[in-house]
Amino acid sequence: MTDVPNIKIDHLTVQYRSKGSIVTALQDVTVDIPRRSFVSVVGPSGCGKTTLLKVLSGVLKPTSGDVTFDDQKLGEARLSGRVGYVFQRPLLLPWRTALENVALTSEIARKQMSAETRLAEAKRWLGLAGLAGFENKLPHELSGGMQQRVSLCRALAFNPPILMMDEPFAALDEITRESMQEELLRLWQATESSVIFITHSISEAVLLSERIIIMTARPGKVEEVLDVPFPRPRGEELRASAPFNELVQYIRHKLRQSQLGLAGAA
Amino acid sequence: MIKAISRVSSQIAVFVLFFVAWEVAVDLLHIKPVILPSPTQIFESIIKNWPYLMKHSGPTAFAIGAGFLFAAIAGFIIAVGIAYSRWISEVTYPFLVAAQVLPKIALAPLFLIWFGFGVTPKVVIAALIAFFPIVINTARGLQSVDVELIQYMKSLGANWMEIFFKISLPWSLPYIFASFKIAITLAVVGAVVGEFVASDTGLGYVISYANISLDTELMFAGIFVLSAIGVLFFLAVVLAEHMMMKWQAAIEETPQTA
Repeated sequence: MTDVPNIKIDHLTVQYRSKGSIVTALQDVTVDIPRRSFVSVVGPSGCGKTTLLKVLSGVLKPTSGDVTFDDQKLGEARLSGRVGYVFQRPLLLPWRTALENVALTSEIARKQMSAETRLAEAKRWLGLAGLAGFENKLPHELSGGMQQRVSLCRALAFNPPILMMDEPFAALDEITRESMQEELLRLWQATESSVIFITHSISEAVLLSERIIIMTARPGKVEEVLDVPFPRPRGEELRASAPFNELVQYIRHKLRQSQLGLAGAA
Repeated sequence: MIKAISRVSSQIAVFVLFFVAWEVAVDLLHIKPVILPSPTQIFESIIKNWPYLMKHSGPTAFAIGAGFLFAAIAGFIIAVGIAYSRWISEVTYPFLVAAQVLPKIALAPLFLIWFGFGVTPKVVIAALIAFFPIVINTARGLQSVDVELIQYMKSLGANWMEIFFKISLPWSLPYIFASFKIAITLAVVGAVVGEFVASDTGLGYVISYANISLDTELMFAGIFVLSAIGVLFFLAVVLAEHMMMKWQAAIEETPQTA
């Protein structure tokens, strides 16, 4: 995959009208998402994380400011078929088996592939995600964690240059969640995609990302952008280490401060 | 499996009990066959009149099938219009509701004038009466498709045909088949009413003719055969549903542990 773009978000502001008054969802957001990086966005609910994702995926138009993919502006960049999504809900098709669900994305976005290649590729991803033997199960026969793994495989299976994930593990229990995070890292290593990952879990962001965008609420502003220094592969050991927890504490402190500031102002 | 067997045998037992009670009641109360024949008398009449009943079953079955088919095709097309065009939905909905409330059976004599005597009026009545549940349910099914799923498909670059055939249509199948089950029984009613009013063939005609000639046994024989045809049509719909929605059946059979 050669067309993984550098994404630049430049003074992005998004406002919308709600019941007559203007709400500022994002204010003056400026961030770089370098090619092949894993960038997380953390912040309290209502800080515009999902709005940011919607702008990046072209669903929502910015009020002012720019987003560029390499040198292409948002409107010009042909994003359809280049972005893989994973949401909080697995959003699988109940009538398709796990394998057919994974193959859905390449069926639509990679028409030049033969059906056999698509299914072989889907099978390979399910195998990587530890779901070998579950190819022919229907979604309702799988646990919540397995369904989310299928959803992840579906997003990866057509090899998209950009992966956007909106709190993909929020609905999972802690143990499943931790194993899914390590799974995601492993799977991501097998791709060349850039990942934009939205979460409200600080430790999740620290574990996964190269760069963390800390956001504050109402209006959604970037509080700080920081780079995570830990080498990969990251796993269980890092989670327990002092530098890891220091960074988590630092971000927690930042978020709490901004929230207290907000409360003081109000 | 054992559960299923005990369920089916209980279901059969209810039928048997009903007919036995009927038989005994007719016998004990000395009810005249012209008022209410006993089940055995009715079955005798069915056997005696078998060729005659079969001859008249064909046209009725045809009217039910054709009426249902027209209703399904027209209903589906209009439902697609309603589901995907706000304008069509807003403009046609009041009319559909009004037409739904109208007792279509009351139109039967009118159709005799318009379409004459024979197969056309009964097919039209059957179609008309079966049409509304199909439109309303199918439209509701198509409108209930998960919006995020459609956005997901669009983000992959899917065109409307892919979204329709890969997502919307399979998503709506449970709704569509639910409406088919209602519609097929309504089509039976429609076809028979058509035959009451404007036909010299079909079981509806047999029933009304037997009624006039006070042959109550034949009348019940006609009703029984008609019921059997109705059940067969219903089972055909259920079979089609099972074949097209194996996954749904699988969901229903899975014990829910949550």
